[in-house]
Amino acid sequence: MLLEVENVTLSYGRIQALHGISLTVAQGEVVALIGANGAGKSTTMRAISGLRPLSQGTIRFDGEDISKLRADLRVVRGVSQSPEGRGIFPGMSVRDNLEMGAYTRRNRSEIDEDMDRAFTLFPRLREREKQAGGTLSGGEQQMLAVGRALMSRPKLLLLDEPSMGLAPMLIQQIFDIIVEINQQGTTVLLVEQNAQQALSRAHRAYVLETGRIVKEGTGAELLHDPAVKDAYLGVA
Amino acid sequence: MSVSEKATFRSSGGVRGWFGRQPVWVRGVVVAVALVLAFLLPYAGDIPLLGPQIVTEGIDWPSALFNMSYYVLLALGLNVVVGYAGLLDLGYVGFFAVGAYGTALLTSPDSVLYADTGWKWLMAVPVALALTMVAGLILGWPTLRLRGDYLAIVTLGFAEIIRIFATSTTTLRGDRGFASIPHPPGEWGGKPIFGVTDAVPYFWLGLVVIILVILGVRNLDRSRVGRSWLAIREDEEAAEIMGVRTIKYKLWAFAIGAFIGGLGGVLFAGEQGFINSQTFVLQFSILVLAGVVMGGSGNMAGAILGGALISYIPDRLRGISLGDTDLYEYRFALFGAVIIIIMVLRPQGLIPSRRRAMELKDREKEVAPQ
Ligand SMILES: Nc1ncnc2c1ncn2[C@@H]1O[C@H](COP(=O)(O)OP(=O)(O)OP(=O)(O)O)[C@@H](O)[C@H]1O
Ligand SMILES: [Mg+2]
Repeated sequence: MLLEVENVTLSYGRIQALHGISLTVAQGEVVALIGANGAGKSTTMRAISGLRPLSQGTIRFDGEDISKLRADLRVVRGVSQSPEGRGIFPGMSVRDNLEMGAYTRRNRSEIDEDMDRAFTLFPRLREREKQAGGTLSGGEQQMLAVGRALMSRPKLLLLDEPSMGLAPMLIQQIFDIIVEINQQGTTVLLVEQNAQQALSRAHRAYVLETGRIVKEGTGAELLHDPAVKDAYLGVA
Repeated sequence: MSVSEKATFRSSGGVRGWFGRQPVWVRGVVVAVALVLAFLLPYAGDIPLLGPQIVTEGIDWPSALFNMSYYVLLALGLNVVVGYAGLLDLGYVGFFAVGAYGTALLTSPDSVLYADTGWKWLMAVPVALALTMVAGLILGWPTLRLRGDYLAIVTLGFAEIIRIFATSTTTLRGDRGFASIPHPPGEWGGKPIFGVTDAVPYFWLGLVVIILVILGVRNLDRSRVGRSWLAIREDEEAAEIMGVRTIKYKLWAFAIGAFIGGLGGVLFAGEQGFINSQTFVLQFSILVLAGVVMGGSGNMAGAILGGALISYIPDRLRGISLGDTDLYEYRFALFGAVIIIIMVLRPQGLIPSRRRAMELKDREKEVAPQ
């Protein structure tokens, strides 16, 4: 297993956001995490990235316990996140934003290669290479956030709502790109409101409800699960 | 694009854009000329017609220039903390005080340490600066997890603690202060360069220190440290996700800011020869912060201009009377008016940082209802 989250609990002050969740992501998978607003999806991502300390439980990455590892060192190990709300550096150009994604790396020619790859995945970004991140449209920022997360050459890519705020056409496109990234060898853990898309693209998925995993299965299984259909797919 | 955006764009493209496009030698010449002019500032009064308008009346001009030089230093240092790393520090005077007190403790005959050390000014400098950096880390460490307003309050408290400490501990002598702090060393034609009557050499010394600080900060800003600060300032959580060790770079910002503030204090003590607890009032921090913001936060040219102005404006008002009151008495009112005018006309500061403009717009978006 590339990632093993085991019995993790996490609190914001007195509010307990995660009540002992466990999930795994195998090398080469796309795993989706779906759930209602406030279920704890972003919190799970933060815990994996190391932005918030765990109260209990362990997170193992590549076989090693990283529960107490500093966030910056987790990036070095190969965990990379495109955060909810994108977290673009507004005053930096598109290129500088991508450069920030490669912050932990030194090899210039490899970085340039990956920069090229990001521009190939998102041609829109190449056209806007010098534009300040803050002036990009929402969709462009989303592309930048995903492209930037790839710049660290992660083993595990965490995507927190990559389709948020995108037009239907673009949603299709961003999921196509996620699949492409995955086929190029990056493992993906994906948080989504757009359960329909997420479940149909993911190998496996987990359903999170108020800080607990309540269901898991293959994407197809959950897509046809009546309870999931009812709660998250909004179909009659 | 709104009108104000256009204006900002044009102004930041203007002179600086031109400068950036010039070949290296042109830039070199421009910088050299600016440096020569800066060193000649004490003689500005001799410029026909314009000179008398520029120089101060109620305080001798070289002294006013020296005052400007340490205010500029403070503005440069605070700019590292506030402008580069984005950490709102309202207690910056604390570091100025630590630098000055460090010097006084090691060199003044009034100090309890004097019998043991009896140091000259120059020997005290590195120790005093090390002390300020430690003070920076002491303030930085517990406040690292605080943001925005919370950090501001704690830093405010920090400066007050230092002032109260200086007021009430016997070692630091409160109001009585420390006298006979030695001047910087050096002789010229058998007479000491740094005396009590002529402030010109002090100004030049200040200028040299400022230039060194500018070079140092510029190098840092262009390095990985600067990139880390920028990322932290623009989005701390995102910076952390990119692999920036935010705690380390925030501490660096505090320590470097403190170091520069300490330099100001060391120079100040060396020129004045006397300091006491009244010297380091809170007003001072606020004034320097106003200077940084007024000049254009996140941008050294802006900090320099702002720092110079906060010292120059009140000094220039001295000795000008209106009826039977000295305009100096109204300095805070006039000063407030100037700041308001500048902030209305140029909300990003006199020399705005293009980047800052983007960040502020981004933040506006955050608070606007979705
Ligand atoms: N910084 C914080 N301080 C306090 N509580 C928080 C904080 N961040 C999140 N929470 C709480 O933790 C819970 C889980 O939040 P989280 O952001 O993980 O939800 P989510 O599943 O990502 O929701 P959404 O779909 O709306 O993004 C919520 O109840 C939220 O209010
Ligand atoms: Mg979320």
